[in-house]
Amino acid sequence: MSYHFEFNWLAQYYPEIVKGIGITLQLILIGAVLGIALGIACAWARALGPAWLKPIVATYVELIRNTPFLIQLFFIFFGLPSLGLQLGELQAANIAMVVNLGAYSCEIIRAGIQSTAKGQFEAGASLAMTPFETFRHVVLVPSLQRIWPALSSQVVIVMLGSSVVSQIAAEDLTFAANFIQSRTFRAFEAYMVSTAIYLILAILLRQALAVIGSFIFPRRAAR
Amino acid sequence: MTEFTLWDILRNLLLATRWTIVLSLVSFVGGGAVGLLLLFARISARKAVRVFARCYIELFQGTPLLMQLFIAFFGLGLFGIAVPAWLAAGVALILWAASFLAEIWRGCVEAIAKGQWEASASLGMGRLQQMRYVILPQAMRIAIPPTVGFSVQVIKGTALTSIIGFVELSKAGTVVTNATFQPFTVYGLVALIYFALCWPLSKSSQILERKLNVAHRNH
Amino acid sequence: MSLIEITEVRKSFGPNEVLKGINLDVEPGEVIAIIGKSGSGKSTLLRCINGLEMISGGSISVAGAQLLDDQLHLKTLRLKVGMIFQQFNLFPHLTVGGNVILSQTVVKKTAAKTAEAMARKMLDRVGLGHKFDAYPDELSGGQQQRVAIARALAMEPIALLCDEITSALDPELVAEVLAVVRELAAEGMTLLMVTHEMKFARDVCSRVVFMHQGRVHEIGPPGEVFSNPQTPELKQFLGVH
Ligand SMILES: Nc1ncnc2c1ncn2[C@@H]1O[C@H](COP(=O)(O)OP(=O)(O)OP(=O)(O)O)[C@@H](O)[C@H]1O
Ligand SMILES: [Mg+2]
Repeated sequence: MSYHFEFNWLAQYYPEIVKGIGITLQLILIGAVLGIALGIACAWARALGPAWLKPIVATYVELIRNTPFLIQLFFIFFGLPSLGLQLGELQAANIAMVVNLGAYSCEIIRAGIQSTAKGQFEAGASLAMTPFETFRHVVLVPSLQRIWPALSSQVVIVMLGSSVVSQIAAEDLTFAANFIQSRTFRAFEAYMVSTAIYLILAILLRQALAVIGSFIFPRRAAR
Repeated sequence: MTEFTLWDILRNLLLATRWTIVLSLVSFVGGGAVGLLLLFARISARKAVRVFARCYIELFQGTPLLMQLFIAFFGLGLFGIAVPAWLAAGVALILWAASFLAEIWRGCVEAIAKGQWEASASLGMGRLQQMRYVILPQAMRIAIPPTVGFSVQVIKGTALTSIIGFVELSKAGTVVTNATFQPFTVYGLVALIYFALCWPLSKSSQILERKLNVAHRNH
Repeated sequence: MSLIEITEVRKSFGPNEVLKGINLDVEPGEVIAIIGKSGSGKSTLLRCINGLEMISGGSISVAGAQLLDDQLHLKTLRLKVGMIFQQFNLFPHLTVGGNVILSQTVVKKTAAKTAEAMARKMLDRVGLGHKFDAYPDELSGGQQQRVAIARALAMEPIALLCDEITSALDPELVAEVLAVVRELAAEGMTLLMVTHEMKFARDVCSRVVFMHQGRVHEIGPPGEVFSNPQTPELKQFLGVH
């Protein structure tokens, strides 16, 4: 192999990369916060909510979990305007990520709720709490604590999956790599560098989530 | 301009779906084979081998599949071969799927009680014999539901190969959209076709899982 | 030369030294009971003799087979000495017959027919010939433990190690397992057993080993050890004053 690796372009193009990292981080931050919130709401609906709501939420969750994120993104960005809903790239990307993570975290959180000992619900009821109050004050936090590792992995997966938002011209890290390779014709190097950055982001994100977890759940009895 | 009926759109999409299915099968089977090797490496008695497998898994699970596809596409090109999209797609998906399957299966192997290793060792079995006759037959039972579940991820993963130009369902969706200017209908149909492929697998994975849990409780 | 020679055996888990120089020679046909407080290292000693743990110092040999950390030596050693576990550890995916046949065909390369005949013979010996096609989860704990004994015997070991093999059993099932062990002893099998069944030890064993803090603290025939304990630790353990 007589290929010469060249990384001189880094000096010129690092602002694009930094900007791309910023957008990727912003996407996952909004996606994670709103996505998990949506997931909690849906998990409540599926596990304990009113009967009419359950099939609606179930359909949403199954539709999202059984279709590619890329198609969800295209549907939102290209398809919804024909219903009169015009979205910017970043808006569409944000919505797609929230909707996507919402469905996955719903299932993860629901599993946590369902693994709660029956006695917890009964204890809540015996203290005259309504089912929702029991959910809110007794069940939710221990459930989240149990599934926090699984939820964290899902957030990392969604962050890595966000690289396809470059396909609707949202200017994330992958977009920067595409841009650089089209200018420098150093495709392999550009993608190597961005892949390495993604790897670092994934590791840091996982650690950040672990820290956040130990912050939200300070030494509460698990299991 | 020609008018496209719904049937025209659907027919074109379904024709492309064949390639989604073929690529999914190749990736799943190939990923399973590589994943099995990786599993053995991951639980090898030799530390260097274990570390290698761990790094491999960390690398492929810690980076976007899209990047892996780009690198396969442009990286294989460095060897002076013109890489067709299907080859890059297949290679990347196989290596990617292997990392996940190996990790899923490792969980199943580790779920087998330590006593099974000890009892088989005390009967004089070597490591490979223990795996072959005692551990894997038990691990396989519990590995089936999550493995079926992962096949859904593989099918969805193939959508990304459209980005490096492999013509499968997603790519067909874009092509048909550009011809018909009906993105809502086309992407809606594309989503439904993916759903039709994935949902039965998701559902069977859940059912198998539930059966296994019931069987477990009856012990 | 004794059948089992345990010389100055030391074993540490990290900084924690669990065996602090064990010496024990066992003659063919001897039945040895090992007693002692929880954590005194009884299980660890048995596991070392079977090569499930590697020793940090000293040496162990069984009928000339040395304990060394490579597959070949381990296999040779394990063919001479079988082990029965507290939790039975039957292979749940195989029938009772399959459990007893597997290691014969895989490890000793015995022909399938011969292995099956041996399996039936050993299962008959523990009184479970009729359960050949049952699965382990269809058996009681006592039956499972007897299958585990048949499985070990089918490998034709020279000695058997038993680590609290009745501790996981309901009280009413203990007797059937002990009866099998008693018979083995009567037939001249060399046995090393960790046990809390003091009456059984007194009746059946040729010698009793009292372990304390990783050492052989007292050793002797059951009559002496039980009736006339020398050290305060053993007296306290036996509850005599
Ligand atoms: N795998 C291990 N790793 C670290 N420490 C261990 C391990 N196995 C045993 N130990 C320690 O070694 C010591 C002796 O353990 P061992 O199981 O031999 O005791 P024992 O006499 O069999 O006790 P028991 O009557 O409770 O079975 C204990 O302090 C235990 O914590
Ligand atoms: Mg013990």
